[in-house]
Amino acid sequence: MKNRLSFTLNGDRVEVEVEAYWTLLHLLRNHFELTGTKEGCGKGECGACTVIVDGMAINACLYPAMELEGREVLTIEGLTDEEGGLHPLQKAFVEHGAVQCGFCTPGMVMSAKALLDENPKPSEEEIRTAIAGNFCRCTGYIHIIKAIKAASKGR
Amino acid sequence: MEQFTSVGKRIPKSDARDKVTGRVIYMEDLKVPGMLYGRILFSKFPHAKILHIDTSKAEKLVGVRAVLTGRDIPPIRFGFLKDNVPLKWGKVRSYRDEVAVVAAIDPDIAEEAIHLIGVEYEALPGVFDPEEAMKEGAPLIHEVDARGGPLESNVLALPWKLVAGDVDKARTESAYIAEDRLKTPWVTHVCMGTMGIIAEFDLRNNLTVYANTQIPYLAQRDYNEALVAMGLRGSRARLIQPTIGGGFGSKLDTYGQDYIAILLAHKTRKPVKIQFTREEEFFATSPRQPTIINIAQGCTEDGRLTFRDVSMILDNGAYASWGATTPSVMMMPISSLYKVPNVRYIARCVYTNNTWSQAMRGYGNPQATFAIECNLDHLAEEAGIDPVQMRLVNSNTPGEVTPQRFKVTSCGLKECIERVAGSLNWESKHGRGDGRGVGMASLIHVGGGARVYKSDGCGTIIKVDDFGTVDVFTGATDIGQGADTVVAQVVAEVLGVGAEDVNVIDNDTEVCPWDVGVHASRTTFVACNSAIGAAKKVKEQILELAAGYAETQKDKDGTKREIKLDDDPGNLVIKDRMIYSTGDPEVKIPLGKILRGSHYRTGGKMVMAEYFYDPNNENLDHEFKGNLSMTYAYGTHGVEVEVDRETGKVTILKYIAAHDVGRAINPMLVEGQIYGAVSMGVGYGLTEQLVFDKGECMNPSFRDYKILTAKDVIPVEPIIVETMDRDGPFGAKGIGEPGCVPSAPAIANAIYDAIGVRLHDLPITPEKILRALKEKEGTEIP
Repeated sequence: MKNRLSFTLNGDRVEVEVEAYWTLLHLLRNHFELTGTKEGCGKGECGACTVIVDGMAINACLYPAMELEGREVLTIEGLTDEEGGLHPLQKAFVEHGAVQCGFCTPGMVMSAKALLDENPKPSEEEIRTAIAGNFCRCTGYIHIIKAIKAASKGR
Repeated sequence: MEQFTSVGKRIPKSDARDKVTGRVIYMEDLKVPGMLYGRILFSKFPHAKILHIDTSKAEKLVGVRAVLTGRDIPPIRFGFLKDNVPLKWGKVRSYRDEVAVVAAIDPDIAEEAIHLIGVEYEALPGVFDPEEAMKEGAPLIHEVDARGGPLESNVLALPWKLVAGDVDKARTESAYIAEDRLKTPWVTHVCMGTMGIIAEFDLRNNLTVYANTQIPYLAQRDYNEALVAMGLRGSRARLIQPTIGGGFGSKLDTYGQDYIAILLAHKTRKPVKIQFTREEEFFATSPRQPTIINIAQGCTEDGRLTFRDVSMILDNGAYASWGATTPSVMMMPISSLYKVPNVRYIARCVYTNNTWSQAMRGYGNPQATFAIECNLDHLAEEAGIDPVQMRLVNSNTPGEVTPQRFKVTSCGLKECIERVAGSLNWESKHGRGDGRGVGMASLIHVGGGARVYKSDGCGTIIKVDDFGTVDVFTGATDIGQGADTVVAQVVAEVLGVGAEDVNVIDNDTEVCPWDVGVHASRTTFVACNSAIGAAKKVKEQILELAAGYAETQKDKDGTKREIKLDDDPGNLVIKDRMIYSTGDPEVKIPLGKILRGSHYRTGGKMVMAEYFYDPNNENLDHEFKGNLSMTYAYGTHGVEVEVDRETGKVTILKYIAAHDVGRAINPMLVEGQIYGAVSMGVGYGLTEQLVFDKGECMNPSFRDYKILTAKDVIPVEPIIVETMDRDGPFGAKGIGEPGCVPSAPAIANAIYDAIGVRLHDLPITPEKILRALKEKEGTEIP
């Protein structure tokens, strides 16, 4: 039994039929083919699937698609500007070596975006807390924290 | 000081833009039209006879396209000793044994179907401790070897023994001796992207595999062998690598799921994908092997090492993958970390009903170095010598030939030790025992390739297009470390173009030249040397085309002027995408113009070159001696800790990581390797352990397997020591693995300095610290 709902996805209004048991992650990756949002565990433990819903960073793998009615969803694909230019956070991640294998990167960037939107000049401690739920095995987080700091200074 | 345009620069990773925008495609993201989803049914017992498998219900489920068991498949054998088969029949030997597999039109149906498969087992007694498994009468894991010959013991028939000098004599002559027994646990790679594969056959039975492997060309050979076993002689395998979500050694072999996907694809004539879930990634991929280590070292009155005697037992688990060969690399630090004239090392790998191991960043080196460096601190204390002095007195030096016959060329170990001691403020911090302490450990690793196979080679093809853009086809594989970027940098440097003008293609066996794989910290050294060789040939061709080139140029005021490049290619240089005569820098022609000129003329020429670089290193001989690598990487880590005596919690206050990298081709990427490796090394020291209870993995999730998070960030201060290795590409050595090697012993030594207890069982958890403190104080242990 599918349910019809409408919400805003990366600035566009979308209407979609979803099964009651679908997660936002399933909807994004399989229906919209927005594969920038990654599934790292499917259990809300690793943060690879982080997207922003109504300004809050959430784990898309735990978020029921049925909750989306009328909400605003932002994924990594919605972060670049209309000409494909990088968001300052994306730019900082590139320039500061915050990307290695890159699998955690989209989720990490989205967590950082939600943080800076709410707190434009976070302390290092606040940055660490904001990305504490985003696991990375390549970088030791150091270049990532540096990138988020740089992006916050650029604002 | 040489002036470089690309080498030595902090150039962002080539694919970083595509990664931050979510545009790259990992295995998880890849779909092929018509694709089916495979799902494996793993064993429910660690050791049991399979009496019967009933697949009839699963076969009837709507959407299921194929079900396979060990009965249905040809005799494909894989693994280092060929003791493994894709689907088990007769008996299972571990919880990760593949018993049956389903291919269905979607993942949910595949999942439902495997639960409909009925397997009747008869449990057999299992053995889960390698020392128990070595005893007479222990349950036999394998009754026969790959050739069908009978086996009477669980000890693998592997000859891991290295002897140099006379250890027994040296022992009697030593002024001081320290002996220890240490244990290291299973830890796992925890790649953020899980293992995955898609297999597909065309109508001529040629196989295309998409896989996130670290060994595309060796995997291709394994798959070709499987095709022969499947009766498809003459078919060939092509391997395409999507973007890889982390490697760390986990993808250095081919596995059961690879062959299962191939068999399903052949049976269904459809592409079949098997993508591990996170839980499967934890329990069904091969971790770093656990060890039980007995070590003794001795020294003279003045602290010079006299001998090192190591014996080791490795839990091999149920099957042999490369994990069984890690003692060959453990020999490296055991024989050659510091100058030690007499060495003996014996290792036994023992089959058990546990998971089976593989390569993981460092390939045995972290385990061996943990033992050597903890025991060295113990010895220093016995001898009454400061641990820094102990290390300096015994430091390796250029020109040395080690007991394993390694030829030390460049060596910055002394500088690493001194700079770490200086940065830690060692003299004022060491020996206070007030809950704060400092510790140190060093490392040696292969830094100039490693001749593990008969070849240690890597090929490069370069072609240059009409506009001066360079395509580099390399055998190297990027697993996130930045192979794509450093290869572009060295090619740009040689050709006089920008790194952004160089496009690296590295992901298709049908397009790219051969390589043995991304392992042994070899990629920068071997792939860059190969790329430089090809780039030099290309440069020569370009300069030959350019020699004597003449044209009429108009100045700004409209006056015409005849210019001509020097007739001798030796007097031409390429710089900033222009070709100059060295004699007259005013005479310059754009590179693109020369290239177009070569294409748009009768009898034209394509600028293109190939180069195969195979370093002049040696396979180990029958005594396991020989110059394994062209050069060796060194490093020292120093750490300051605070230990809470009430809770056992360890806080890392300072962490200095000094590495001799030869030359940092890209300092930002070098730092990235050090930061990431230290994070993994500290996890090994303090938090990480894959827990098995009677063969069953008890913590197959991020919640229960503790990798460090951003809340645990280690304040790593890297010190990059450049020794400009004579054989390295622009002087560089490998740095992929070294950063995770000395972390655990450096921390253990710092904890001893802080609270006076030696922790010899990784990971050093708060419980173990409290227990050790109580034992020391002589209080009852609850």
